Amino acid sequence: MRPGRGIRRPLVSLACAALTLTIISGCTPGGGPTDDGRGDGSLEADGLRGTLTVFAAASLTDAFGAIADDFEAAHPDVTVVLNLGGSSALAEGIVSGAPVDVFAAASAATMSTITDGGLSTETPQTFAGNTLEIAVPAGNPADITGLESFADPEAVIALCAPEVPCGAASTRLLAAAGVTPVADTLEQDVRAALTKVELGEVDAALVYATDVLAAGDAVEGIEAAGAADVVSAYPIVALTAAPNPDAAEAFVAFVLGDVGREALAAAGFLIP
Amino acid sequence: MTALETKPRPPRGDGHPSGVPAVLWLPAGLALAFLVLPLVALVGQVPWGDTVGLLVSPAIGEALWLSLGTAAAATGLSLVLGVPLAWVLARSSMWPAPARRALRALVTVPLVLPPVVGGVALLLLLGRRGMLGGPLYEWTGIQVPFTTTAVVLAQTFVAMPFLVLAVEGSLRSADHRLDAAAATLGASRWRIFARITLPLVAPGVTAGAVLCFARALGEFGATITFAGNLPGVTQTMPLSAYLALQSDPGSAYVISLILLVVSIVVLVSLREKWVGGLAS
Repeated sequence: MRPGRGIRRPLVSLACAALTLTIISGCTPGGGPTDDGRGDGSLEADGLRGTLTVFAAASLTDAFGAIADDFEAAHPDVTVVLNLGGSSALAEGIVSGAPVDVFAAASAATMSTITDGGLSTETPQTFAGNTLEIAVPAGNPADITGLESFADPEAVIALCAPEVPCGAASTRLLAAAGVTPVADTLEQDVRAALTKVELGEVDAALVYATDVLAAGDAVEGIEAAGAADVVSAYPIVALTAAPNPDAAEAFVAFVLGDVGREALAAAGFLIP
Repeated sequence: MTALETKPRPPRGDGHPSGVPAVLWLPAGLALAFLVLPLVALVGQVPWGDTVGLLVSPAIGEALWLSLGTAAAATGLSLVLGVPLAWVLARSSMWPAPARRALRALVTVPLVLPPVVGGVALLLLLGRRGMLGGPLYEWTGIQVPFTTTAVVLAQTFVAMPFLVLAVEGSLRSADHRLDAAAATLGASRWRIFARITLPLVAPGVTAGAVLCFARALGEFGATITFAGNLPGVTQTMPLSAYLALQSDPGSAYVISLILLVVSIVVLVSLREKWVGGLAS
């Protein structure tokens, strides 16, 4: 307390000034059709500009990354901001008033929290489907054969928690196959389950087919019997309170169009 | 002076409310509001009608006891390993400066590391393909991840630095002349540590242990990454709250409230002077 009195005071006021700034800037909505400073005068004929905020399910990471790049190329005055995460957590954010233009969820149930809450008056459109697949570390060291291996207490198994979409789908698939799984961990999202496989810490996990594709050589996929009957539908919708409504509509159409379909198919999604 | 220093100091600020310069009241009030208002908003969302039912539900009871048990074990482990480390840190003043700074930085790293990264690091070390976990699994078949032990290790990794830094602070401000006097009277180094130094810094150790316990209780990222999430085995209260948020926000708010109440009870039990020892 005694030394450095003269030094401490400016530090305190600096810190408080910084905090005040943070609070103030935190209050301004992140989105909105603001000038993003490009100022190159290339106004598109469609007049789309500004920031477009898209909340998308974690499993869409690669596909939407590609789609966002193509969309920005087609509309140079628009900057797409992608926020990727668990669908339920994203929906919670939107319900709490996050300034979002477009929401793409990994399940119809999650999307219904948006439509039931009156946050979008449009009918969500299904733009992709995903099936479950068994992921095992390269070389399949535990000799996992199929869904029946998930009942083996010796095998180290990761499943998605039943609270998240991939966990709900896993529960349906295992029930349909008559398998009572002995899981060692119920992961908070599908990418977390996949990480455990990539690190070789679990013998098998039930993840989306697209995740197995995205994981590359570290992970092998084994077909899960009956997976074709448990398809997770991915709905997309533009939100009523979208700060950039025109760009939101254009983005939804873009995802449903040829470019979007191509990128989604390349990532392993089923296309309706 | 010497006689006074061993006595507890009177509580600071008592009877001197005018000691705070007026210009500090505004930022201080803002700071307090910034810290407290989110909690007020959380409490405001708690569905009180469902609270009793959720409180007695076995799932929450299980998670609560697991949380308390693992946080206590992590605190015990941190005491056994952390107090000696704090002692070494406090006595490192005669070391060359680079070594001293490096040691201090290494102890502080878990404080600034995102806990999820800490969890991944623990997996890479102790996982069954990890640097140490690999040989352990090969020779004994023991797997650390996805066990309650893994929860304790994750919590210890994140929480022990709090204890080490608190104890080190007290050791630095302790009166070394008492150690010197004991040494001239022929006491061994161990005897000085156990009978003189440790009792002198007991308040600091207690404060550090309480902070360590509170941090372990709230641990999320390292736990879910390294230990996974399974009810009854590795699903502590923070994990339970996070997953409830995905499907049933109401129960997530109740779980958070319980965690909040337990944390506040623990922290209020801290004496102000002990926390003051951290800043010195």
